[in-house]
Amino acid sequence: MTAYLLKRLIIAALTLVLASMVVFAVMEVLPGDPARLMLGLNAGADQVELLRNQMGLNAPLLLRYLHWAGGLLSLDFGRSYTYSVPVIDLVRERIAVSLPLALIALALSTIIAIPVGVFSASRQGQAGDTLAMGAAQLGVAVPNFWFALMLIYLFAVWLRLVPAGGFPGWGAGAWTALKSLILPAVALALPQAAILGRVARSALVEVLNEDYIRTARAKGLPYRAVLWRHALRNAMIPVLTILGLQFAFLLAGTIIIENVFYLPGLGRLIFQAITQRDLIVVESIVMLLVAAVILINLLVDFSYAIVDPRLRGRQ
Amino acid sequence: MTMRVDLPEETLAGVLARAFGNRSFLIGLVITLLILAVALVSFVWTPYDVTRLVIADKAQAPSWAHWFGTDHFGRDILSMVMVGARNSIAVALVAVGIGMGIGVPLGALAAARGGLADEALMRVNDVVFAFPALLSAIMITAIFGPGAVNAIIAIGIFNIPVFARVARAGALAIWAREFILAARAAGKGMTRITVEHILPNIATLLLVQGTIQFALGILAEAGLSYVGLGAQPPMPSWGRMLFDAQTRMVTAPWMAIFPGMAIVITVLGLNLLGDGIADILDPKSRRRR
Repeated sequence: MTAYLLKRLIIAALTLVLASMVVFAVMEVLPGDPARLMLGLNAGADQVELLRNQMGLNAPLLLRYLHWAGGLLSLDFGRSYTYSVPVIDLVRERIAVSLPLALIALALSTIIAIPVGVFSASRQGQAGDTLAMGAAQLGVAVPNFWFALMLIYLFAVWLRLVPAGGFPGWGAGAWTALKSLILPAVALALPQAAILGRVARSALVEVLNEDYIRTARAKGLPYRAVLWRHALRNAMIPVLTILGLQFAFLLAGTIIIENVFYLPGLGRLIFQAITQRDLIVVESIVMLLVAAVILINLLVDFSYAIVDPRLRGRQ
Repeated sequence: MTMRVDLPEETLAGVLARAFGNRSFLIGLVITLLILAVALVSFVWTPYDVTRLVIADKAQAPSWAHWFGTDHFGRDILSMVMVGARNSIAVALVAVGIGMGIGVPLGALAAARGGLADEALMRVNDVVFAFPALLSAIMITAIFGPGAVNAIIAIGIFNIPVFARVARAGALAIWAREFILAARAAGKGMTRITVEHILPNIATLLLVQGTIQFALGILAEAGLSYVGLGAQPPMPSWGRMLFDAQTRMVTAPWMAIFPGMAIVITVLGLNLLGDGIADILDPKSRRRR
């Protein structure tokens, strides 16, 4: 198992390095001089040159990459051009909104999807299955931000149960803060749950047709035990794979959903930074999200080894 | 000569008979054709001119004159939804074309060569997979500014590793077959085998993945336009219409309801079509989806 985990780890590290090169290269070809941006249009050429030297912008390309990448590792993303504060401070403040939102949505979609998948798979072809999978088919087609608008209309405008948007901050009390994350989390989670539920069902249906399931039933195990203990565990690999892929979509979804609900998360920050051409902030957030996607997929690879004992022996 | 080993005793009539007995396929086909027809009709006719602003008619609820109501500039929403279909279809279709055009040759090459080429492709795939389409779009927009073309490129880039993976996995399975061995024994080269035997045999897989990515592309385009990274006004797009609707949910909810329904119906139709095609051409796949 160590060899398997090591290989996944090396691949993840390699992916991270290559991805960081892509992000760095993109920011390199961008028009606009950060030094000129910070000093304003009235600054003299020698002043700009001085700041460029100070910022290390005149160093050779490779050195600048290593400096930037080294900074990332120690969570030093540089300073925001517009806010004149370290980028990490901005990120830390915003991540306190985005990360809980993404995690709640992920948990919610899993809690909904797995039971629905089990329900459908154990009633394959029956009315309940058709109904649940029809709903899932519809759910897959719903864009989360439109679903969010409909939820706002129903629960915030009509029923006035939750705020339509904004975020009071965690300082206002955990419940008050959580209340403004409920609708965004549901909007993110339901379309994802539809995808996951379909995957869970088809993985389970496949497993339920295996010989060892018949054997387990034949030796007298109750259907419930076979379904939840034997079948579900064996169906977990595709479910985990999709779960990992979905996290990438959830992060992207969070960026969009934050704009629907006016939540001060990373998504709002990145769009503000784009309009203000605060590129170092854009660069840092993109890199952070890419790293998160790679990390999650690594965790998924690791979890395979836990779920599937066969992988533990393999090289 | 092309060999189609997956469907040896299959006749066209047989496939068609099964196609018209498949509910998913039929419903999906009807919806997809309907949306395509609406998009095409919008080139020659829409109930109202979508470029003309009639402030006197602004934010009207649905009525006989305006079936879907009007927006904050008095534009007819039905007409805008019709024209928006063009944008959605064009962006998603070209993005699928980019993904297939680059991804399939890469995947087929990796499967044919194996070894280092295969490993290199898979690693590059990992890197591209780490960038959700939205992040690519954000970076592309940071360089070139927003626009429909950037949305196409961003979604297209995201599609490349998807098709490369599907093509590689499909091709690997075919390469292991005996008739490929026969073709090699007959002295056919790698390229010829790929073009004559591998590609025809994975075409089904690619078609199914194509419909799935088409549907995902429409969702992605709507998301990008919604946050301002896609089509720019005055070009009507479903995502952009939802953005305009957002601040008017209380006074003009129809501005949000109809463009959203258009997205849902289109994506639903394409997904049903994809499921249907998969069922018809490979009955075994039904359980996997």
